[in-house]
Amino acid sequence: MCGIAGLIHRGSSGDIGREMTRMLQSLKHRGPDSTGYALYGMANKNDLVLRFKVAEQEDMAKGFDIHHKVKDRKAEIDRRIAELGGKILQEEQATEYAYRYRIAYDGDRRKLADYIEDVEGGEILSLGTALELIKDLGDAKRVSEQYKIPGFQGTHAIGHTRMATESDVDIRSAHPYWAYPFADVSVVHNGQLTNYWGNRRALERKGHRFVSNCDSELIAVYLADAMNEGAKLEDAMRASIDQLDGVFTYLVATSDSLGMAKDTMAAKPMVLHESDDFIAMASEEVAIRSIFPTEIDTFDPYDGEVRVWKS
Amino acid sequence: MEKLKGEHLSHEMGMHTEQLAGRTQQIFFSPAEEESFTYPHAFEVDFNKRAEFDAREMDTRGINLKIRELMSQGYGTIVVKNPLAKHSLGVGILNRLQLYFEGSLGYFGVGLIDGPNIRIKGRVGWSCAENMMSGTVIIEKNAGSSFGAAMRGGDLVCRGDVGARTGIDMKGGTIIVGGRTGAFSGFMMQRGRMIVLGDAGKNLGDSMYDGTIYVGGNIESLGVDAVPGEMTDLEAAWLERKLKMYDMQAPNGVRNLKKIVAGKQLWNYDNLEPTEKKIVL
Repeated sequence: MCGIAGLIHRGSSGDIGREMTRMLQSLKHRGPDSTGYALYGMANKNDLVLRFKVAEQEDMAKGFDIHHKVKDRKAEIDRRIAELGGKILQEEQATEYAYRYRIAYDGDRRKLADYIEDVEGGEILSLGTALELIKDLGDAKRVSEQYKIPGFQGTHAIGHTRMATESDVDIRSAHPYWAYPFADVSVVHNGQLTNYWGNRRALERKGHRFVSNCDSELIAVYLADAMNEGAKLEDAMRASIDQLDGVFTYLVATSDSLGMAKDTMAAKPMVLHESDDFIAMASEEVAIRSIFPTEIDTFDPYDGEVRVWKS
Repeated sequence: MEKLKGEHLSHEMGMHTEQLAGRTQQIFFSPAEEESFTYPHAFEVDFNKRAEFDAREMDTRGINLKIRELMSQGYGTIVVKNPLAKHSLGVGILNRLQLYFEGSLGYFGVGLIDGPNIRIKGRVGWSCAENMMSGTVIIEKNAGSSFGAAMRGGDLVCRGDVGARTGIDMKGGTIIVGGRTGAFSGFMMQRGRMIVLGDAGKNLGDSMYDGTIYVGGNIESLGVDAVPGEMTDLEAAWLERKLKMYDMQAPNGVRNLKKIVAGKQLWNYDNLEPTEKKIVL
């Protein structure tokens, strides 16, 4: 059991960091292992925002060498960005092992991503003009304080609280997943995919990379592959309902859209609130209520349903 | 044993035929037996004693304990303000009570109840009124999946739309849905009645043993063993009265509701006497 949540400010922006933190904290009982955010700020088309880590949280507790290693790894990533013609405009260190860069780069993004991830311990959490993907171990309160998430202004967001069932408790297996190599595409998922390995092997043969053994990552890669072949987001999502077997509800976000898809058995929950200026959705209504003090209308989407909203 | 060998061959009993025929409702419990049944922790309450409290800052346990405390003091009308979709509220109430929730409930709301009349102004989450035995529950807005799961008696009414698997494993009572119901509604339904005034999702009545489903809108598809039945004058009159009780109307009149019943003979179920069916259920 995991908890997922999403929100969109239609035609405006708001403190999506604080709102998503409230929603995810109220879903803590659905999964306390890790918490993740995909926050969509105000897009700057000239620069890229790069979120990456150079070690797992648990690695930092193993000996003294790791503290030197993470510095070396970070320095190597800096060097590789420069080698490919990129320029680091702004640098923030969220934790000892996680960084946020704003970079000027107009080259091949896939090449940049592959070159950075070739560094030992290096993993890109997100790369895009609007998306900032943050995830770590613990509940929403802990992660939001660690990464100073409240106050983040943006248009839309998705988030996840994880109860690990089929892969490890680490950042690599935490949601959201970035749909590598597509800028600004992220996915969160609640459920189990029963044809994970067959689909994964097929996608790996096509050259896609997987960083974890978490079945949820498959959705991100599957959508990235479909879009890479020319499908629109909504069409790719509709195809996924038939292609992915199991019980699932997932949310996907792009720089200007947010979508949800539900399996054909309607076996995993999702509650929606939709108004002219705001849309919220979550595994449980209690999450939506956490940001609405007044009475609102909510409803459940049905089996096999796919919806996409523009911010 | 001799008799079994000679007369109860499966083919003779129709186990292997595909001849489909609907069954009618049967009453398995005697009223006298139900009257003699009491709960040790039911409270004597007075409907004229009214209390209300704000649940905004309270957790599930605190809210349920507060309801119990008020019932133990004889309050028969209780209003809960700002439930804020918290889970498992109003469960296990085993006596008459007028209970009002001014807002929405989360999962497993008002489950395991036997007797109270409950009105919920907002929406309810998954598994509302699970294992309900008697009383009435009225939801003014929408409901999530597994609405009235394993329900055994009473009336469960949602004026809006409900999710998937409505009335799954239903064993009695009546579910009324003002809007649409999702996939697999009436799955493994064993007794009782379900009235859906809007559309029904795919696999309606899948693997149902018994019971009756009425649908006012379109049915996406019927499940395995579910077949159309023929409306009788008696049940049309019953439907008219039942919907009127809750100020609801069939879209084109009760006569035009589509009636769905179980169509397949079940070896271990159909050959039981009514009293034996009670033990099975």
